Amino acid sequence: MTSINWFRYASPVSFFPLARRLAVGFGAAAAMLAAIGLWLGLFVAPADAQQGEAYRIIFIHVPAAWMSMFVYAVMAAWCAISLAFNARLAAMMAQALAPTGALFTAIALWTGALWGRPAWGTYWAWDARMTSELVLLFLYFGYIALHHAIDEPRRADRASAVLALVGVVNLPIIYFSVMWWNTLHQGASVSLTAAPRMAAIMLTAMLVMSLAAWFYAIAVTLTRVRAIILERERRAAWVADLAGAAR
Amino acid sequence: MNVPEFFAMGGYGFYVWGAYGATALLLVVEVAAVRARLRAARRATRGGGDER
Repeated sequence: MTSINWFRYASPVSFFPLARRLAVGFGAAAAMLAAIGLWLGLFVAPADAQQGEAYRIIFIHVPAAWMSMFVYAVMAAWCAISLAFNARLAAMMAQALAPTGALFTAIALWTGALWGRPAWGTYWAWDARMTSELVLLFLYFGYIALHHAIDEPRRADRASAVLALVGVVNLPIIYFSVMWWNTLHQGASVSLTAAPRMAAIMLTAMLVMSLAAWFYAIAVTLTRVRAIILERERRAAWVADLAGAAR
Repeated sequence: MNVPEFFAMGGYGFYVWGAYGATALLLVVEVAAVRARLRAARRATRGGGDER
């Protein structure tokens, strides 16, 4: 059995080419899964008994909402690692995740509004679930803005990492909001502890779309982190070699 | 199911396609932006950056 020295990839110089290969693979897998998921969700799954065709927004809304929280959790974990070990690649990963997390949050809010109108008669309500999801969007914006505002990259990493870690408190608020408060938003349709309250084909389409969203986020983040590595390590000799030789 | 029926989405076409369309647009824009950023970073590195 060959052993891989994983710590090797904690350094940007060895991580850079690996990130490209991974991004290509995850990107292709995401496109394939999205095609399957869209086919299942739009053509195979039947109309909902109560909501008719409007429910099909679920195949985007739920994966996007899951990703909005999951990406934040991963970003905060990288922030914690970067603070604890002063690891610059970890900080770059967090920096690379933020825009994609914000994007999924915006998609969750947008599709939620377009679903809320036919389902509840309103695009928006200041209920706990929606408000805390909006706060999540502002946390992403705050993180990005703070990182931009500080010129020295390592100081920017530290300051924005603290902000991201404080914001983690919002995640359980979003997740449990439908239980803690009486919200317009419905409770969880899928959980690990109970049988899902939806038809198998609908659940399958939703899970395939979620996996596609996951792989998409990985591919985009890895590509963005490569750009960030080049931007920040421009002065290092290996970057010049790399930019000259390999693509 | 025929084509116009499919796009009508049982009268919910505006909401369903508004959700799917905006999502597709945002993803395309993000992918293009990330690629452009990587290209620019690469050019800046090759082209001497700030001190070469």
